Amino acid sequence: MKTLRIVVCVKYVPDATCDRRFADDLTVDRDDLDGLLSELDEYAVEQALQIKEAVDDAEVTVVTVGPEDALGALSKALSMGGDKAVHVEDDDLHGSDVLGTSSVLARAIEHTGYDLVLCGMASTDGGMGVLPSILAERLGVPQLTQLSELTVKDGVVTARRDGDLASEQLRASLPAVVSVTDRSGEARYPSFKGIMAAKKKPVETLDLSDLGIAADEVGLAAAWTKVDEAAQRPPRTVGTILADDGSGGRQLADFLAGRRLV
Amino acid sequence: MAEVLVYVDHADGAVRKPTLELLTLARRIGEPVAVFLGAGAEDAAPTLAEYGATKVLAADEPEFVEYLVVPKVDALHAAFAHVSPAAVLVPSSVEGKEIAGRLAVRTGSGLITDAVDVEAGEDGPVATQSVFAGSYTTKSRITKGTPVITVKPNSAAPAAAPAAGSVERLAVTVAEASKGTEVVSRTARESTGRPELTEAAVVVAGGRGVNGDFSAVEALADSLGAAVGASRAAVDAGWYPHSNQVGQTGKSVSPQLYIAAGISGAIQHRAGMQTSRTIVAVNKDEEAPIFDLVDYGVVGDLFDVVPQLTAELDARRR
Ligand SMILES: Cc1cc2nc3c(=O)[nH]c(=O)nc-3n(C[C@H](O)[C@H](O)[C@H](O)COP(=O)(O)OP(=O)(O)OC[C@H]3O[C@@H](n4cnc5c(N)ncnc54)[C@H](O)[C@@H]3O)c2cc1C
Ligand SMILES: Nc1ncnc2c1ncn2[C@@H]1O[C@H](COP(=O)(O)O)[C@@H](O)[C@H]1O
Repeated sequence: MKTLRIVVCVKYVPDATCDRRFADDLTVDRDDLDGLLSELDEYAVEQALQIKEAVDDAEVTVVTVGPEDALGALSKALSMGGDKAVHVEDDDLHGSDVLGTSSVLARAIEHTGYDLVLCGMASTDGGMGVLPSILAERLGVPQLTQLSELTVKDGVVTARRDGDLASEQLRASLPAVVSVTDRSGEARYPSFKGIMAAKKKPVETLDLSDLGIAADEVGLAAAWTKVDEAAQRPPRTVGTILADDGSGGRQLADFLAGRRLV
Repeated sequence: MAEVLVYVDHADGAVRKPTLELLTLARRIGEPVAVFLGAGAEDAAPTLAEYGATKVLAADEPEFVEYLVVPKVDALHAAFAHVSPAAVLVPSSVEGKEIAGRLAVRTGSGLITDAVDVEAGEDGPVATQSVFAGSYTTKSRITKGTPVITVKPNSAAPAAAPAAGSVERLAVTVAEASKGTEVVSRTARESTGRPELTEAAVVVAGGRGVNGDFSAVEALADSLGAAVGASRAAVDAGWYPHSNQVGQTGKSVSPQLYIAAGISGAIQHRAGMQTSRTIVAVNKDEEAPIFDLVDYGVVGDLFDVVPQLTAELDARRR
């Protein structure tokens, strides 16, 4: 067994530059949409790889809970340098909310074995930014979230969290759950060699029964929340755009005064 | 009437505006009971009472500052057990969301984050959310346990509705397991004296176009009593602190007026400001995507237009 088992949670999300929309059952429509590894999870993969490079004997497993396509997120993470992957895929997972997804992820992570769990700061689609904290609650281990810097040494994580009111220096012992922000360091691009090597890396596919989870514990029907309505916001009406003729600032002042904004 | 827990966001007893909004929203679904953690409950209580708190459950354990987040969950959970509320409302800050998420797990409850409105509904509170970078509005409710909802700043106009608001001490035992992450040191951010970015009615934001010099943006902000925002490009360049970044990985703001100067309007930036009531932009490039969003746009050099606007506003006020 490796001395430092790192698990990175990665999510496959619809491309934000496409028109995202809801399906008839008011879940996110993932059909006909190009997906990709949530950009913010690349930072988590990067930190995992850097930690691995800094210690003698570590192993990086990337885990996703999601449909067949979500394999795309795993391949990207493997081509960046992850060692192996776990894909939890089950039709009964459709429509799970964060409480459902987090319980499945927790089981998958326990199944894999871990010392350090790394997450992104938020997924670029749901964007709740709460899963890492909930995962720590479920696993019963310390949380170190929204980190802009972290070091792992001798079983201890030291880190910096830049909050609104203060910058905090944190410390916890492994095992722990960590999430990193986009300020933790640019993520590497997969090299050609990395992409080729990724094709041969092991991917374990698990369904709910493999994890001992009953179908009715997760998914849309079991979700703790229900979306009753989803309405497309009317596009903003195009406003006035004028070229500055030397009085742009004054005209802007007129506009603001007209709207009683000043 | 059923009680609704409202988690108080404050700075040493000074209650922050989002909490007053939460109290206002809570009154639509029940009787607000404020949960105040840390020092200064007595100072805060009159304000909380003015906005409708029937009581203030207060605890000030050293663990709240010594360890990250989780001891506060223990406290909110203790308040939950004490009150058996109909719902729990928490401000949508990074920490607020984490506390809410953990409380939801502990109480077997559904969780809704980043609501922009909360109303009473037949089957419990209905939360409105703005999703996919503001392109959809959804209405959701919680179907299990006690609704735990985090609410974004600027979601309601705080309205006073005086209530008793007496302070009651809340007994809290911080579990050993909640002391997992030690806060070794804390460096407070210097206050600029300007309004808080997420709470401000007006935000003036600068991007790469300010070319290292935020003085024109700051002068306009001060003339308007506004908060200052920045694009990630401006933050990455080191021109402005990250706590002022607007966008997907910064703050999400929804002011009455958002003025973007020298910002192109990338999707990640738009994600954080798209729901602003009125949007104004100044940009040299008429093709900049920010102009797709604006109510009023000036194609021009921000170093001409912004100071002129500031001078004009100052002159009109005299
Ligand atoms: C994972 C991820 C997360 C991100 N999160 C965020 C985020 O939270 N917030 C964010 O803002 N970005 C974010 N970004 C970055 C985003 O993609 C853009 O790169 C960024 O918003 C660009 O900032 P900008 O508009 O200031 O710079 P540019 O895109 O370089 O635009 C500068 C603009 O200034 C104009 N200009 C130049 N000089 C002048 C002048 N003198 N007068 C008037 N106009 C002038 C130019 O015409 C141009 O339109 C994120 C990116 C990624 C990949
Ligand atoms: N379905 C998923 N599978 C694996 N990891 C996930 C999944 N959903 C969320 N995560 C992780 O949790 C982080 C925060 O997600 P969220 O709370 O949804 O914003 C992401 O950056 C991922 O690291």
